[in-house]
Amino acid sequence: MAHEHTVVTELPLWRRLLRFSTDHKDIGLQYFFTAWAMAIIGGFLAFIIRWQLGFPTQVKPAPWLSWLFPHGAEGGVLKPEFYYALVTMHGTIMVFFFQTAILSGGFGNFLIPLQIGARDMAFPFLNGLSYWVFWAACIVLLLGFAVEGGAAAGGWTAYPPLSALKEAMPGSGWGMTLWLLAMALFIVSSTMGSLNYITTVLNLRTKGMTMFRLPFTTWTLFLAAILGLLTFPVLTAGALMLLLDRHLGTSFFVPTVHIAGKLIERGNGNPILWQHLFWFLGHPEVYILVLPALGFVGDIVATFARKPFYAYRLAVLGLIGIAFLSCLVWAHHQFVSGMNPYLAFPFSLLTILVSVPFATVLLCIAGTLWGGNIRFTTPMLFAIGFLSLVVTGGFGGLSLGVAANDLHLHDTYYVVGHFHVIMGSSVLFAIYAATYFWFPKMFGRMMNERLGKWHFWLSLFGVYGVFLPMHYLGLSGMMRRIYTLLEYDFLKHLQPINTFISVAAFVLIAAQALFVVNFFWSLKRGEQASANPWGATTLEWQTSSPPPHGNWGTELPAVYRWAYDYSPPDSPTDFRPQTEPLPASQ
Amino acid sequence: MAKRRRGQVLSGVLIVIALATVASALWWIAHRLPDRIADTAHEVESLILFVLAVAAVFLVAAHLYLAYALWRFRHHPQRQSMFIGVTRKEWLPVLAIAAVLLAFDLTFDHRSNEVWAKVFLRVPENAFRVEITGEQFAWGIRYPGKDGEFGRTDLRLVSDSNPLGIDPNDPASKDDIVFPAGQGELHLPLNHPVVFLVRSKDVIHSFFVPFARLKMDAVPGMTTRIWFTPTKAGTYEFACAELCGLGHYRMRGVLVVEPMEQLQKWLSEQQTFGETMP
Repeated sequence: MAHEHTVVTELPLWRRLLRFSTDHKDIGLQYFFTAWAMAIIGGFLAFIIRWQLGFPTQVKPAPWLSWLFPHGAEGGVLKPEFYYALVTMHGTIMVFFFQTAILSGGFGNFLIPLQIGARDMAFPFLNGLSYWVFWAACIVLLLGFAVEGGAAAGGWTAYPPLSALKEAMPGSGWGMTLWLLAMALFIVSSTMGSLNYITTVLNLRTKGMTMFRLPFTTWTLFLAAILGLLTFPVLTAGALMLLLDRHLGTSFFVPTVHIAGKLIERGNGNPILWQHLFWFLGHPEVYILVLPALGFVGDIVATFARKPFYAYRLAVLGLIGIAFLSCLVWAHHQFVSGMNPYLAFPFSLLTILVSVPFATVLLCIAGTLWGGNIRFTTPMLFAIGFLSLVVTGGFGGLSLGVAANDLHLHDTYYVVGHFHVIMGSSVLFAIYAATYFWFPKMFGRMMNERLGKWHFWLSLFGVYGVFLPMHYLGLSGMMRRIYTLLEYDFLKHLQPINTFISVAAFVLIAAQALFVVNFFWSLKRGEQASANPWGATTLEWQTSSPPPHGNWGTELPAVYRWAYDYSPPDSPTDFRPQTEPLPASQ
Repeated sequence: MAKRRRGQVLSGVLIVIALATVASALWWIAHRLPDRIADTAHEVESLILFVLAVAAVFLVAAHLYLAYALWRFRHHPQRQSMFIGVTRKEWLPVLAIAAVLLAFDLTFDHRSNEVWAKVFLRVPENAFRVEITGEQFAWGIRYPGKDGEFGRTDLRLVSDSNPLGIDPNDPASKDDIVFPAGQGELHLPLNHPVVFLVRSKDVIHSFFVPFARLKMDAVPGMTTRIWFTPTKAGTYEFACAELCGLGHYRMRGVLVVEPMEQLQKWLSEQQTFGETMP
């Protein structure tokens, strides 16, 4: 990139966030802030959901609810259809508009060019376009709450015919159309981003930056982008077909049905086809989230253990193995869907085999701790919390990969508990670890350690308190997506556990306020950060904090060594940056 | 120094998390699981517990390792990290543990396949047949009657008096015994295999019998199938496990397990479809 490089006056943060920028750092921060805003909305929806499950409003009305939602909670009683809209939107927001957006859009944009020694992404305008489309997708999604019938309420998986026919439930009217449009926009945005990240990593690495010298973070973001590019478009096709089924009377997913006292004659559409198209993306999507989480944690653990990454190449092979297998397991969400039962044999085996490369990567990260000189900074605490949660979630998930177990566990709270541990909590912990870790690089200031520590402890106990008991509810047969369990005699005895979970959830949600306070306080008042406050080796720490426009001075950095030269025996410092030339003797 | 203490506290907390997880799971499994009223309840549950037991061992081992490493290698200003050059020897312990996990994976897969093949592929010839049809938000029930055959159905024939859309011109339909959605209990024979033909009129539902540890989706446009042998008499609930609309949470059904003679006697007292349709 032969940029004519001049010093640009740095703009204040709010100007950088509120302009049509093509700078990868600006776009990264725009994604970062938008995604956090979506997370706050998604967390608020979770709060209402947990209120209903812990303190059923049809038994004990909550008048403040009717003040918040005059239509959804008349007289303080949450309507079931509104409850299902909350569940649907909570899932959609958290999976796509928070986690995917912040990991790939936020951290991916901010970090990839910095870690590979580029001045920007390969296609800066496409990058800007990706964010603008994402922003539009957020607006379209949230508009669902304002239309007649309310937001989409068919679950974040949007299974037809429930999601296809407006007669099926109130949220299947305009709310569902907006949901599908928002998803289509989101996928367009994400596809532009993925193309950009892949091209950038392949073509813009600086001199000396071979693939096996890439930091783990960049590897994971790169692989997540490949997964996104391969699988997201399949859902676009699905969304388009569902829109046609909804509005033009086609019969891709909707057979002839008799609903709400009315015959709706269609062809021989097959609802299970949608499930295949949805999960063909939906499952790799989990790894689009988990891979970058592994990347962040791998880098953070090596940095604070002050130790070379254990078996780095094997870990990279493990990542590739995870990414490859993750594309071959989607139908494990459909074991009891009515698909051909023979399909369960390969899909079950392939699913549980993911545990092998997954364990390989985790063991390499865990091995990095051995013999280290471990510093327990806030990012490191969250990284360790991630390891604990990912082990619990991973082994909890093993029982769901085993097909016959799903005869009982499918669509119960066991599943809800599982994916909230692995995808909700462990990925969230990695996002927090990354935020505390790269905050100084993003904003030139350190975050507060004391608040960070409290945030960590409350969050760790919070997530275990909320999501572990959900596994038990599932073992007892409590179905997911039920507005109340009081309709069933065999579930009634579980109500106290639900109340406990809700209280734990309120503590967990309240604890996140510590993060918000810390974030904004540190933005203004945090200690000034040096270029490399953690003593890290990778390239992003070899430029100023925050980096200037164009990232580097007049010359691009050159790379001489791998990313994990920590505690070399003959060095005065306990790390050697990737930019440090090898001694002449070697 | 404060950060050194964090490491020690974290080590302790990780051990507590692992032990509390295992202990609470054990207590729950011993005290809070629904009754087992079918052969599959035992088979599916023992598979779940087997996988969970192996998972628990790995979970505890991983947390103990983390706790030990964090405590043993917590920061000390006078110490330097071990420097290990890049060596392939590091691969061995990782691959060894991964291989152990692989062996367990294959064991799980083998046991799962046995249960799966039984439930889906080996339906007994003499099984008692019953059809269950989901609609928003209740279950319709149909018994085939003396001929053991269900009459043909077509959603275009659905009316108030014929909610399942049974074809009255099909001879097999005459002796069918129909309970429209929400108007009957599901009667099952004790110690005799029962095969369920599962259908839906509108959206996807899921026929879930927690006491048998089984469920099967009800998909419009097709008939799915599942079977089990009830092994315990009594009255139990079954449920819908797939989000099917605003009343999903109350799409409850009741099933009664009773000796075959009692069931046959009860069936012979019911009106047939031929008798209700003029």
